[in-house]
Amino acid sequence: MSAGSGSRNTNTEPWGSFDDNLIQGGGSAVIDMENMDDTSGSSFEDMGEMHQRMKEEEEVAAEAAATEDDSAEDGEFLGMKGLKGQLGSYCEVWQAGKRQASRAFNLYANIDILRPYFDVEPVQVRNRLIESMIPVRMINFPQKIAGELYGPLMLVFTLVAILLHGMKTSGTVIREGTLMGTAIGTCFGYWLGVSSFIYFLAYLVNAQITMLQMLSLLGYGLFGHCAVLLITYNIHFHFLFYVLWLLVGGLSTLRMVAALLSRTVGQTPRLLLCGTLSLLHMLFLLYLHFAYHKIVEGLLDSLEGPNLAPMQRVARDVPELNTTLRILGALPRAQ
Amino acid sequence: MAAAEEASRPFAGLSDVSISEDIPVEGDISVPVGSSRRDDEFSTLDEPVKETILRDLRAVGNKFIHVLYPKRSSALLRDWDLWGPLLLCVTLALLLQGGAADSDDQGGPQFAEVFVIVWFGSIIITLNSKLLGGTISFFQSLCVLGYCIMPLTVAMAVCRIVLISGSGNVSFAVRLVVVTVSFGWSTFASTAFLADSQPPNRKALVVYPVFLFYFVIGWMILTFSPSQ
Repeated sequence: MSAGSGSRNTNTEPWGSFDDNLIQGGGSAVIDMENMDDTSGSSFEDMGEMHQRMKEEEEVAAEAAATEDDSAEDGEFLGMKGLKGQLGSYCEVWQAGKRQASRAFNLYANIDILRPYFDVEPVQVRNRLIESMIPVRMINFPQKIAGELYGPLMLVFTLVAILLHGMKTSGTVIREGTLMGTAIGTCFGYWLGVSSFIYFLAYLVNAQITMLQMLSLLGYGLFGHCAVLLITYNIHFHFLFYVLWLLVGGLSTLRMVAALLSRTVGQTPRLLLCGTLSLLHMLFLLYLHFAYHKIVEGLLDSLEGPNLAPMQRVARDVPELNTTLRILGALPRAQ
Repeated sequence: MAAAEEASRPFAGLSDVSISEDIPVEGDISVPVGSSRRDDEFSTLDEPVKETILRDLRAVGNKFIHVLYPKRSSALLRDWDLWGPLLLCVTLALLLQGGAADSDDQGGPQFAEVFVIVWFGSIIITLNSKLLGGTISFFQSLCVLGYCIMPLTVAMAVCRIVLISGSGNVSFAVRLVVVTVSFGWSTFASTAFLADSQPPNRKALVVYPVFLFYFVIGWMILTFSPSQ
């Protein structure tokens, strides 16, 4: 029974049914632009599903043959046939359920689908971190964007850790929810949400970028945010923050914008896509600094004494700062 | 007459049943008479409950000792169990519970929060190390990460004791030192077990999330302030 299952003929139509293609794993002949420079393992899913189906066909054939043999033997037992038949049907139901459950589990909980996205070396991660701050001028030919998820994921977690550090040292009060929940929600929400939104816009304007590349690009763009927040949560000068915001935030935004520009055609689509991304990215850094960080004047007073008082006054009483905060809506919340 | 005979001996027809050779038959047809001496060394059903509990406690305690003196041994990995991590997680969450419990200031970590952080953090680190090509199994990794929270739990207990005496700058410095040392100890202990299962050039990629994980827990401990 095992020999025949590989070439099991499930044809029911005279013209040959569709099953043949599924078993033989016929791939599509169209080369998708999406997969051109993508390191994704999209073929893994197809291979996994094909393998699963073949295994299942074998199992079903084996069981069917086994139950056929069993029912042939049943006739010899006096009075047991009815009982065995009932048990057998329960058994079959259970087997079918187990098979379905294991199939669903193998398909969805198979983390091997993600394995190719984590196939990196530490040197590569370090290089990509540094490159995320260096904009590349070539915008006439699609720039190469690494499709990995390890670096972006670690950067998001690092951002969470830095946010927690900043929130606690500044005495932030969160009315509903907890500090951890807010930090994780903010960071992951930004990474996943803005990536999806920009990918959607890119899909609308037909830009050549995949979801994985977008996630990777934005994830590495958070490296600048991490660096700025790490510095400014510990050194409380607003002027320093503004300089770093423009410099570091601007560099990482330029890098992402250049990569997107190189993959978009047309003036208006380029403006839309890159304008949206730069706006969201820069505003996020601004939001992270002001909404989760309040200068605790008591702490500074006790530590620095009169030396810092002028700085403190400048930081708190600058009217432009208050206006900025009010515009951003952070000030009413901070109170 | 034949029917009456058959009715009085309902299983008469089974006496000459033979099973053909090519159908595998399995099962135990021995009739249990008292306790089977053959299974004594494998069956733990008959021992007193105290022995069962003590055996598990001894195993957990043995693993605690392995965490305190982390050397390259496979005791933590071979017989993994999740009792120790559960115990440590509950202890840590209870110790962190009483902090900053004003009615309108929910800034302190709640019990469920600590639980979720510890378990989901461990799961994410485990998935990460598996995706990077690790040879360790899912539950073994959970076991190691959970047991290595022990130095941080001890640090939490010490911090609480220090906080009883006051919460000024000196106590903050003492707590900072204690938490930093225990954080380093936890990270070192867990990497001693986990890093062996990775390809040699990717150890740094696995150690970094562990470092972040214990950093967050250490941060929660350090910033704990008791309610007035």
